[in-house]
Amino acid sequence: MTDAMPVGERRQLAPPVVDTGVLGWARKNLFSSWGNGLTTVVLALVFGWLLSRFLNWALFTATFTAASGAECRGHGACWALIHEKYRYIFFGSFPYEQHWRPLFAVIAMLAMLVLSSDRRMWNKRLLLIWGIGSFVTFLLMFGQIHIPLGLILFVALAAGGLGMIMRGVLATPAELNGWRALAAIGAIGLALRLTGVLPAWSFVMAPLSYVETGLWGGIPVTLILATYGLVFAFPFGILLALGRRSNLPLIKGLCVGFIELIRGVPLISLLIMASVMLPLFLPSGMTIDKFLRAQVAVILFAGAYIAEIIRGGLQSLPKGQFEAADAMGLNYFQKTTLIILPQALRVVIPPLINTFIGFFKDTSLVLIIGIFDFLNTANQALVDPNWAGFPGEVYLFAAFIYFCFCYSMSRYSKHLEIELNKGTRR
Amino acid sequence: MATNAATKPRQDLSGAPSLITLKGVNKWFGQFHVLSDINLEVKLGEKIVVCGPSGSGKSTLIRCINRLEEHQQGDIIVDGVTLSNDVKNIEAIRREVGMVFQSFNLFPHLTILDNLTLAPIWVKKMPKKDAEEVAMNLLTRVRIPEQAAKYPGQLSGGQQQRVAIARALCMRPKIMLFDEPTSALDPEMVKEVLDVMVELAREGMTMICVTHEMGFARAVADRVIFMDRGEIVEQNEPEEFFAHPKNERTKLFLGQILHH
Repeated sequence: MTDAMPVGERRQLAPPVVDTGVLGWARKNLFSSWGNGLTTVVLALVFGWLLSRFLNWALFTATFTAASGAECRGHGACWALIHEKYRYIFFGSFPYEQHWRPLFAVIAMLAMLVLSSDRRMWNKRLLLIWGIGSFVTFLLMFGQIHIPLGLILFVALAAGGLGMIMRGVLATPAELNGWRALAAIGAIGLALRLTGVLPAWSFVMAPLSYVETGLWGGIPVTLILATYGLVFAFPFGILLALGRRSNLPLIKGLCVGFIELIRGVPLISLLIMASVMLPLFLPSGMTIDKFLRAQVAVILFAGAYIAEIIRGGLQSLPKGQFEAADAMGLNYFQKTTLIILPQALRVVIPPLINTFIGFFKDTSLVLIIGIFDFLNTANQALVDPNWAGFPGEVYLFAAFIYFCFCYSMSRYSKHLEIELNKGTRR
Repeated sequence: MATNAATKPRQDLSGAPSLITLKGVNKWFGQFHVLSDINLEVKLGEKIVVCGPSGSGKSTLIRCINRLEEHQQGDIIVDGVTLSNDVKNIEAIRREVGMVFQSFNLFPHLTILDNLTLAPIWVKKMPKKDAEEVAMNLLTRVRIPEQAAKYPGQLSGGQQQRVAIARALCMRPKIMLFDEPTSALDPEMVKEVLDVMVELAREGMTMICVTHEMGFARAVADRVIFMDRGEIVEQNEPEEFFAHPKNERTKLFLGQILHH
């Protein structure tokens, strides 16, 4: 039929039916030969059998409510255990009647994370989101917040100084004077406070009862350790990676030394050092919260790994990008923030998210130093003699929760890659 | 040749002030003596074409002028400022000197418009609106204003190189350096880039151009410089240079590139 048509006027024909649709796909991929067909059938049978066994255990013969573990014996999965213990698994030893606080803290953190995953928020709004989100989270968790005057003044000094540097060339004189004033107030106030002229005063906000970090547990602990660990480790890692490529031998040496030292030891040993050895070196009477020490250990550890990933991204950029930025007269700071980092970070999204996922799960190592993260509270739920003997259910449940978080991160990484490469791809 | 080779009235530059002066410049890459005792004076409004075999130091020579490469001996004076290790000094010179690279080096993560406005906004502190106006004018001049919202990866090589020229012009430089601007292009795109460069030359821009496009040299150059093994072997007005090369090495080189 088509033979008669001259070249260039042939209509687009539909592909042969056998190659399309579900049947076409199955024929091509599953039953392309006798061997393939046989393998498909055998594997389908094996998986079907395994799945039916699992569903039988997990659903059809499972116990969903029971007064104690004894009632579960002889049946399938004992989900009654989860039903009984989920409050403890999620929130640990946090006072039982106050469990709404960690619940809302977790919601606040998730909201903060979801909001900041939207690219349209990647501007000054991000600072606002994290400021408010963090404040709400920690106010709910602690119940009371005491901020010493010294810290307030220090923050004023730091913010003023940073403002002067970052906005130095762009700001109007009035704005610049504002930053200068802020820094000056911070500096003078801090000096007066240190010399004892200003009294020891704290800004106190105490709407709820105080809950110390030792009582924190479960999901909020895992989320706080992972989120703040990575949020601080990320810029720290960027600085380390830039430092490692510096021309100044001292900075380069310090960064290389730090990265190699941290990468050379297991996270567990770093946690134990932070938990057991650090207090020995501190002057007597001075204590640093155990939770904070673990948090700092996670930040340092993640920072070293992130630095190496980012260094890979920096090295992948063609030399011409650096030269073009130089030739335009951009200074080092402008070149790095406007040209180099945006490109380098884009390249390393997959390994970066890989590391993030790894660290999210690695936070469970804090159980070594007695911090009750999510996996640890799940573990502790097994200790109750009334409910002994059902580790599978608890770990499956914990695995499911971890999977939800990690899979979301993985999907987000994929989405971000596509989003950032929009337009730049040919 | 891509451009028309009609001879133009030679401009008189004898009274013009000199914009770039190189005095006894020497540079080594390790043991390799890549620039040996270069003396060169470029007058305001002068157009110079630098040619020579690969590895002769011509790219290195112009890259020394804006300190992408550091010379080890001699003085380079650009618009009255002597190049030194002082960062402020280098940045001041780079503001006056625009550069176009062989491989374009556009920033792939920024739109064409953002590529153009970046330096004016951040280096010259120009208000964004003004910078965009300047950028659009320049894009019109290089005949691709409709591409402003696209990303470099979506443009052809010739279009990218024209964007790169516009990007350099955005800083209103006094001098433009071209480092083999057409060498990475498909043959059918060479002309569109050279046309823009010829236009720029006719407007009186001071240019140093490393290129093997001899038609371009004939059309706009005030002086052609031939380099070999790190030295300036011969320099002359284009008509003389092509018609009566004096040095044997120049003759050999011209024979090779003009013969096919």
